Amino acid sequence: MSDTPAIELHDVVKQFGATYAVDHVSLQVGDGEFFSLLGPSGCGKTTTLRMIAGFEYPSHGEVLIHGRAMAATPPHRRPVNTVFQSYALFPHMSVAQNVAFGLQMKGVPKHELGPRVQAALEMVRLDGFDQRRPREMSGGQQQRVALARALVNQPEVLLLDEPLGALDQKLRKEMQFELKRLQHRVGITFIFVTHDQEEALTMSDRIAVMNQGKVLQVGSPTEIYERPTCRFVADFIGETNFIEGQVVAHDGGYATIQSHDGLELRGVTPRPVSVGAHATLSLRPEKARLLTPDQAQSVQETFRLAVKVELVSYIGSDTRITVRLNAQRTLDVWEQNTRSTLDRNAYWQPGEDAVLVCPPENALVLVE
Amino acid sequence: MRVIGMIDQIRMRRDRRNLLALLAPGMLWLLAFFALPLVIILLYSILTNGPRGAIVWQPTLENYRTLFTQTIYVNAYLRSIRISLETTLICLLLGYPLALFIVRQPAHWRTLLIFLVLIPFWTNFLVRIYAWQIILANNGLINGGLTALGLTPLALLNTEGATLLGLVYGELPFMVLPLYAALARFDFTQLEAAADLGANRWQAFWRVMVPQTMPGIVAGSVLVFIPTLGQFVVAELLGGAKVDYLGNLIQRLFLRSNPINWPLGSALAVIMMVILLALIFWYFRVTREDER
Repeated sequence: MSDTPAIELHDVVKQFGATYAVDHVSLQVGDGEFFSLLGPSGCGKTTTLRMIAGFEYPSHGEVLIHGRAMAATPPHRRPVNTVFQSYALFPHMSVAQNVAFGLQMKGVPKHELGPRVQAALEMVRLDGFDQRRPREMSGGQQQRVALARALVNQPEVLLLDEPLGALDQKLRKEMQFELKRLQHRVGITFIFVTHDQEEALTMSDRIAVMNQGKVLQVGSPTEIYERPTCRFVADFIGETNFIEGQVVAHDGGYATIQSHDGLELRGVTPRPVSVGAHATLSLRPEKARLLTPDQAQSVQETFRLAVKVELVSYIGSDTRITVRLNAQRTLDVWEQNTRSTLDRNAYWQPGEDAVLVCPPENALVLVE
Repeated sequence: MRVIGMIDQIRMRRDRRNLLALLAPGMLWLLAFFALPLVIILLYSILTNGPRGAIVWQPTLENYRTLFTQTIYVNAYLRSIRISLETTLICLLLGYPLALFIVRQPAHWRTLLIFLVLIPFWTNFLVRIYAWQIILANNGLINGGLTALGLTPLALLNTEGATLLGLVYGELPFMVLPLYAALARFDFTQLEAAADLGANRWQAFWRVMVPQTMPGIVAGSVLVFIPTLGQFVVAELLGGAKVDYLGNLIQRLFLRSNPINWPLGSALAVIMMVILLALIFWYFRVTREDER
């Protein structure tokens, strides 16, 4: 590990005609980090990755790999390797030939090829598959060939473009684990492009959330989930209730907003706010609690909203309850089913009166 | 069991009858227009040529002996194979970049460009070759232009170069179409993957693109080579019939030599077919290996 970041982007722009695919992005990715670019399709995350790989060149700005500027370096001379979304395995070559390709291009002597290919295949648990053709393998196996083909070259940075997108749910989970294990073992910087927020949260050391070509927030999974700095990030990562209003007071990292329907609600402010500003309160459904009016009397929490239970969905681990606040507004609350019981009265029933409570540190006041 | 077995047998017999009925028209067509002429040629090739081109029903291998011993025939074979190989190679060198260029265009341009490749077929081949005569002639378009510029006119028509030009011109679409089909199936991410693994453009082309488009290369080459080997019009009209190619010899032996010699011409045609069959077997082997 060195102090030089593995990847630096300085004010990078990529224009296709009049549209900005990547719009003034600056990032630093540390050596050995598992870094994710997360965002909806078309947000510029793949274009960013392609500029690091060298398949696209920035219209403006600079890409540096371990401090070296890449403006004049074509993809075949960059110390990075890519795992493509479609894997892009060579169908006319065997698995062993696929994995050996990069080494051959680098001029690795013939007698070293065999052992290194074997080691790479063992690393992804595909030993014994060397004579297979890619098309004779399952999606998950092809995925691992693609990984071996990239990692055998010992790149400084491994770029992964939605590598798990084509796999089914169960295999996806397995490969997430496998990727983490591999990254731990080889200690290479991983840059992982995905639109799946859960995947990004599980695997990354840090995440950059992108939308419309811009990086909106960079942070650890906890920071991104617990302290989103804008409405888009709060909305894109996980689920949340939004209540719009105006800031009426703020002090010491907290602010109170007044909603259009007259509610006064308090929450944490990840960014400075000013009185009168338009703001959105974000309240995650698992961070609020529902109490009966009796229980609520003894609880000292600032957030107290009288509601009526409208919809109850039992989904096993959780019960998801939609409550009605007033004629215009409903809110979602998730309760974990911590007790194992068949007693109907242990669960909320539609039509019941309830009080939604939430300490202000569990809610966020976001300004645009 | 016995009853079921009998029913099965009856059903199978009926199926076979239906199958024969369905196949009959096609088989008759093949029999009349493919098998029969082939048998006639094979038969003639081992008969004796009589006076004034009459066919004498006396079996002989003399025709084949003549073809393998007289230099005029051996040379014609070698010359034909050589110019066919040259034509195929030039078509490949021109056709591959062209097909690649077309494939890389946006969809609506692709259709238009492929349409343009096919447009020459709207005019009779002979007419188009006459047009080339006009272009290449001593007082033709090119030399007219050269003279007007004060340059010395060139002898273009009635050269082997003119023959080669005419052959390439005529066969190029047959090379471009299969190459286009192969390249349209090619996943161009493969080139990025190759570059990502350290291959420069040249290496990526030879090690990734060429192997994966090999079926198109082989198909195009076979489609160009086969008709070129038997071609006689171009050599006659643009080459000035100065040297003999296979096609010219066959045509002459059947129609114009004095006396005409159908048995020898048939033997010549049989040997040409053997060469082409060998080529086609090789083609099927290469393409099947690719599918493996």
